[in-house]
Amino acid sequence: MTAQMDRKRRIPGLRLLEALATPHSIDRYLELVHPMLTIRELRGEVTSVHRSTRDSVTLTIRPTRRWRGFTAGQFIRVGVLIDGVRHTRCYSPATSQHSADGRFELTVKAHDNGRVSRWLHANARPGLVLQLAPAEGEFTLPAARPEKVLLISGGSGITPVISMLRTLCAEGHTGEVVFLHYAYTEADVPYLAQLRELAGAHPNVRLLLAYTDVEGGDLHGFFTEEHLRAAAPWFADADTYLCGPPGLMAGAREVFTALGAAHRLRTEDFAPAPITVDAEDATGEITFGRSGTSAANTGRTLLEQAEAAGLKPEYGCRMGICFTCTSVKTSGCTRDVRNGELSTDPDSEIQICVSVPVGDVELDI
Amino acid sequence: MSTPKKPQLTPQQFEELGRDLDALRQRLLDSLGEDDRKYIYDVVKVQRALEVAGRGLLMASSFPPAWVAGTVALSLSKIIDNMEIGHNVMHGQYDWMRDPAMNSKMFEWDNVAPGENWKHSHNYIHHTYTNILGKDRDIGYGVLRMDEGQKWHPYYLGNPAYAFALMVFFEWGVMLHDLEVDNLRTGRKKWSETAGVRRRMWHKGLKQVLKDYVLFPALTGPQFVATATANATANLVRNIWAFSIIFCGHFPTGVESFTEEETKDETRGEWYYRQMLGSANISGSPLFHIMTGNLSHQIEHHLFPDIPARRYPQVAGEVRAICEKYGLPYNTGGLPKQLASVAAKIFKLALPDKFWAKPAGPRGRTVSKDGRTLRVA
Ligand SMILES: Cc1cc2nc3c(=O)[nH]c(=O)nc-3n(C[C@H](O)[C@H](O)[C@H](O)COP(=O)(O)OP(=O)(O)OC[C@H]3O[C@@H](n4cnc5c(N)ncnc54)[C@H](O)[C@@H]3O)c2cc1C
Ligand code: FES
Repeated sequence: MTAQMDRKRRIPGLRLLEALATPHSIDRYLELVHPMLTIRELRGEVTSVHRSTRDSVTLTIRPTRRWRGFTAGQFIRVGVLIDGVRHTRCYSPATSQHSADGRFELTVKAHDNGRVSRWLHANARPGLVLQLAPAEGEFTLPAARPEKVLLISGGSGITPVISMLRTLCAEGHTGEVVFLHYAYTEADVPYLAQLRELAGAHPNVRLLLAYTDVEGGDLHGFFTEEHLRAAAPWFADADTYLCGPPGLMAGAREVFTALGAAHRLRTEDFAPAPITVDAEDATGEITFGRSGTSAANTGRTLLEQAEAAGLKPEYGCRMGICFTCTSVKTSGCTRDVRNGELSTDPDSEIQICVSVPVGDVELDI
Repeated sequence: MSTPKKPQLTPQQFEELGRDLDALRQRLLDSLGEDDRKYIYDVVKVQRALEVAGRGLLMASSFPPAWVAGTVALSLSKIIDNMEIGHNVMHGQYDWMRDPAMNSKMFEWDNVAPGENWKHSHNYIHHTYTNILGKDRDIGYGVLRMDEGQKWHPYYLGNPAYAFALMVFFEWGVMLHDLEVDNLRTGRKKWSETAGVRRRMWHKGLKQVLKDYVLFPALTGPQFVATATANATANLVRNIWAFSIIFCGHFPTGVESFTEEETKDETRGEWYYRQMLGSANISGSPLFHIMTGNLSHQIEHHLFPDIPARRYPQVAGEVRAICEKYGLPYNTGGLPKQLASVAAKIFKLALPDKFWAKPAGPRGRTVSKDGRTLRVA
């Protein structure tokens, strides 16, 4: 709201322009001139693209003027157009949160069957315009920077923690920072040169690379208590930030718990909880996020289940033609009863009168 | 209710019909993609260009050629905005793109009727209960007698006059339609229940009026009146066009209506059947189809209301073949023919039945001299 108001103050005559453009927003006119001219909608243009490892791509993004920055560790919902459909995925900026021109970098790892990540890896080029949403997430450093920080990452999970490292360095932070990263081999480490440079330039920063598939790193194999003690013997008095593949996350949680330091460990999950694809599965729990209720899945349509739970979602035809019942599915998988098609994407709109849940589903109603 | 008797299908045929059309629908759904997105954005570009050009030309509205050119451009802009873009986007035809700018929940059109009210009356009531007497409030819009099944009343002597007024003020008619005055009168709906509908009407109507009759005219200074009349003319042109196309979609001769009884416990196939029999197409050129928002393919639209309208002409041949396979009529004709048929109906139904129908035979079934069934109760 305040962002909107100061925007109004800064663009003279915006109110009049909006009254003239009604019922359409002026962005709907401006974007036809150039997609980056939008005033209210947040977008970002890819200004450079490079590939530092075999399966990842790094995009530099110049956001539109609405952009309000991010805090190291946060993520951004990025909308990508693929064959006419906008797909939204979360990506964590990898640059320092202190940037003079507002630009930031995203590093995306291409997953074998991943729709968006593979598409970006193959097709991103300068000039591509992406949809952005304001940065969000609680995986951030405290405002009073901790004395000792341990940053652990694996694979593409490097992005939020390298952002923390770069932010601390940019702030001239003098406390001890250890950066421990897990990769298959040296060739799979994104930002290798930048990491070495930072460690070289900042005596308080120590870089440790652990390779799981080859020897030659500072450490070898998967995360263990020995790795932890070697990297940061003071871990019990430090703040640890961890982001990586599920195996690394589980391993580290176990070690920290066993050592009684679980409360010092902060984590960020990239991979969504695995989705059941047995389309006939009528198990799981339906969560109605906005109304704060939930119920066990009975296998009926989500509209019927919502009503059974005492909610009164809007509906019209109850047969999938009027779109009155369209609601946002925050997470989980649903099946369209008309054609059996599955919807697995989080934050997507579904017609609840013709959708049945497959396993756990959260709806924003 | 109609002439002649509706074609009868067996339950198996209904089921097969449902399967045929579901398969066609699925094929269309599977093929949606970048081309459809590009198409609708191209249409938006043309519409916005016409709009900006129209408003721009009208900055010189006291110069008659600019007035004419500006009014033409603005009329076309409003027609495209309401029909190929607004009507179709608000049907959810582009919801699959997950683009908030083209989403049925967010879109508003350049028309005084608030999208949200219209969607309820149109997408839900009209498309679900198409041509069911007493349920589809689009049969005569609560003011006209457009079906023989509506009982005659002296009020209907004014049928042609009401139709003319509805045509001229169509956007306001569509707006007031959502109030359901007929239901308020009969007590089926309470005035207090319309609070939300009225609030939205007020907000939307005010903004539209402010834009067309205050702000843009004021921007042209001393040419205020010329600009305001140009804007009013553009709204009028759009009203006449939209009214004509929409009335040709359901009211030409041969379009069937249904009773609530007939449609109880309808199967998918029976629903499709009602949609096909309750709609009529208008033939014409590709540009004509775009200017009607592809509502010239009302039959295809009623079968697949949520599929991008640009696909209707592509599948019209197949739909027609399916109609032939089951011996169902596929009602189509040029605009003059369909309009004449609608106009004739408006005049005919203004009069009591005895002026045009042959005396009722036993149990509501009337057979004319040439053996054709005229009325079937
Ligand atoms: C808060 C947050 C921040 C993120 N930041 C980044 C980032 O900076 N860089 C980055 O590359 N990714 C990041 N991700 C992951 C990203 O959002 C996508 O999930 C990922 O790019 C895969 O999307 P996709 O469309 O390619 O795969 P989909 O088509 O959605 O999925 C295809 C297959 O890949 C699997 N899969 C999806 N995501 C992952 C994953 N992360 N790990 C392993 N398997 C997966 C799925 O289970 C599925 O089988 C982040 C995720 C979250 C929640
Ligand atoms: S209620 Fe009409 S589409 Fe769901």
